[in-house]
Amino acid sequence: MTGTSGRSSLIGRNLLAGAEPDVAGDAGHQGHPPRAGFFTDTSVCIGCKACEVACKEWNAIPEDGLDFTGMSFDNTQGLGASTWRHVAFIEQNKPLGRTEVAVDHGDVDVLALASQGSGTPVEQAAITPTSPAPAPSQDGQTGLRWLMASDVCKHCTHAACLDVCPTGALFRTEFGTVVVQDDICNGCGYCVPACPYGVVDVRPEDGGAHKCTLCYDRLGAGQEPACAKACPTDSIQFGPLDELRERAAARVEELHRLGVEDARLYGHDPEDGVGGDGAFFLLLDEPEVYGLPPDPVVTTRDLPSMWRHAGAAALTLLGGVAAVFAAQAGVSGRRTGRRR
Amino acid sequence: MSESDVTRDGVRGERPGRDALVGRGMGDGERPGGKRRGRKGGTGRRGDQPMVPRAEFTSYYGRPVLNPPTWQPRDIAGYFFLGGLAGAGSVLAAGAELTGRPGMARALKVSSLAALTGSTAALIHDLGRPRRFAHMLRVFKPTSPMSVGSWLLAAYGPVAGAALASDLTGRLPRAGRAATVAAALLGAAVASYTAVLAADTAVPAWHDGYRELPYLFVGSAATAAGGMALLASPVAENAPARGVALLGTAVETAAVKAMERRLGVVAETYREGRAGRLMRTAEALSATGALGGALLGRRSRTAAALSGAALLAASACTRFGVFHAGMRSAKDPKYTVLPQRERLEARRERPREG
Repeated sequence: MTGTSGRSSLIGRNLLAGAEPDVAGDAGHQGHPPRAGFFTDTSVCIGCKACEVACKEWNAIPEDGLDFTGMSFDNTQGLGASTWRHVAFIEQNKPLGRTEVAVDHGDVDVLALASQGSGTPVEQAAITPTSPAPAPSQDGQTGLRWLMASDVCKHCTHAACLDVCPTGALFRTEFGTVVVQDDICNGCGYCVPACPYGVVDVRPEDGGAHKCTLCYDRLGAGQEPACAKACPTDSIQFGPLDELRERAAARVEELHRLGVEDARLYGHDPEDGVGGDGAFFLLLDEPEVYGLPPDPVVTTRDLPSMWRHAGAAALTLLGGVAAVFAAQAGVSGRRTGRRR
Repeated sequence: MSESDVTRDGVRGERPGRDALVGRGMGDGERPGGKRRGRKGGTGRRGDQPMVPRAEFTSYYGRPVLNPPTWQPRDIAGYFFLGGLAGAGSVLAAGAELTGRPGMARALKVSSLAALTGSTAALIHDLGRPRRFAHMLRVFKPTSPMSVGSWLLAAYGPVAGAALASDLTGRLPRAGRAATVAAALLGAAVASYTAVLAADTAVPAWHDGYRELPYLFVGSAATAAGGMALLASPVAENAPARGVALLGTAVETAAVKAMERRLGVVAETYREGRAGRLMRTAEALSATGALGGALLGRRSRTAAALSGAALLAASACTRFGVFHAGMRSAKDPKYTVLPQRERLEARRERPREG
């Protein structure tokens, strides 16, 4: 980013895009605590949705629709005004092995099978209750897999929702997180399309914008957020962002060593399009598989250029209209001149 | 959400290709014929939605990556149209007043104030909490085009009102003229800032066109104001209106073409579906109106009025077209994922310098 900092910085600082080491300090907080965040390690997520429930309970979020989607085991569908945690559930259709149906089992000695542990001899079975997991094939895959990931507001370093909010309802807390003040929000909805991740939304019932606060109230009382507290596998880890980034780097290295080559971090890089996420992820496939944008960019990165183009367009309008009137004056001047 | 039904003849409208695989169906072999009889023929609309909607990109069950704007088309596209009509109208009104065309100047001052009132009403109506519209002026934020726009309207409204009041009452003519000129300067900003309002979002069809969108918007605004001037001013004074309509149409058309070239796959959203129909209608109407006005506008009052109406309709169609293109690009993950993938690939091939 150093090469482009001239474009993206304002008064010598990366206020609109790029790495920003002291996000709460730049927002005016002095003597603030370290930046808090989430590291969501999807490799240990079991899709239990305890985070969704804990979030709803703690934050008293209303019901968000009782739909049956028919897609995987996910009826929550996505983040929104009344859904601040969303567990994505991806079934990847990779067949596990072969079975035969309608086979005559008349000659099978079930007691022998019971001692064996399975109807299929262990050496032939792809997987049995008592057999060890099959060795990965050449590409490291074991077949059908379920990917589960608990999605949440990213609390971006450069938060477009906060930048475009016209009322100042969205603000940066001393923990470096982004929170909507419900008593200020007038429901203009500008933050909704500004978010490159599709997180914040307007709740039709009250007309206001809502999203994850990273449990601002619990943080203030020295408690970890409800979702992290409830997560039974520590898939959701809460802590100071610097520490989480170190832990995540070690984790992804360990997974690579174990042969899980798909593992990659998402949103951890302070040089990315949003200056790094306050809530970042360890994923096992491309981000778009989980419904995440592969290369999000904070929209206000281009805002100085947008204002320049708009200024030029406004001058074009003024100049163009002036030119038309001037040309007409010339024409009518010549006409009246002839008439005289 | 699911539209599948269990009937006497089997399951209808289930999602094809999503059956759990058992028996002979497992593995690399073909599914034995006839095994799925009675489960085919599902006509459910949702059922036809494949896990990966179209080739070349992946998504989470076809669900949008972005949350689409909650804005209502009539309010926000209407606001774009009325804001443009008001802003560019004030520019034209100043030109008319300074060149001795009082009829045209007054007509445009009236239309600008009316359009401004309408656009403000649309903006307030679109708020989730309309009673808190005054919160727009709580702070001034250059990073928020909506904040900048609110202040712009707060300055422009009284000035445009004063210009009209002076014109109608004949009082304070010098102050009235100053207000007319100030309204023209602010009006040009009102007509162009709405493009930044749309572009400063993650909506691909708007953001990725941020370079061309301001020209498209001022072009469309000039088309509308030229149309209004043709419609409402005396034939003897409408010559500049015809010129402005031609100019606006030309700028708007050129901006649309340039933007579509830049947008790549996202340009589909401006060419197809409802947005595509609106953009094509706008093009036809503005060409008809601009040419009709230029050729017949000086002879016939009726022809001038009809041309003006066509130009106004063209501008409205453009704004609704841009709005719907944006909505479509936000709702289809393809338009979020594909351009970002391309960007990533390009960056991977050309490693970052420094």
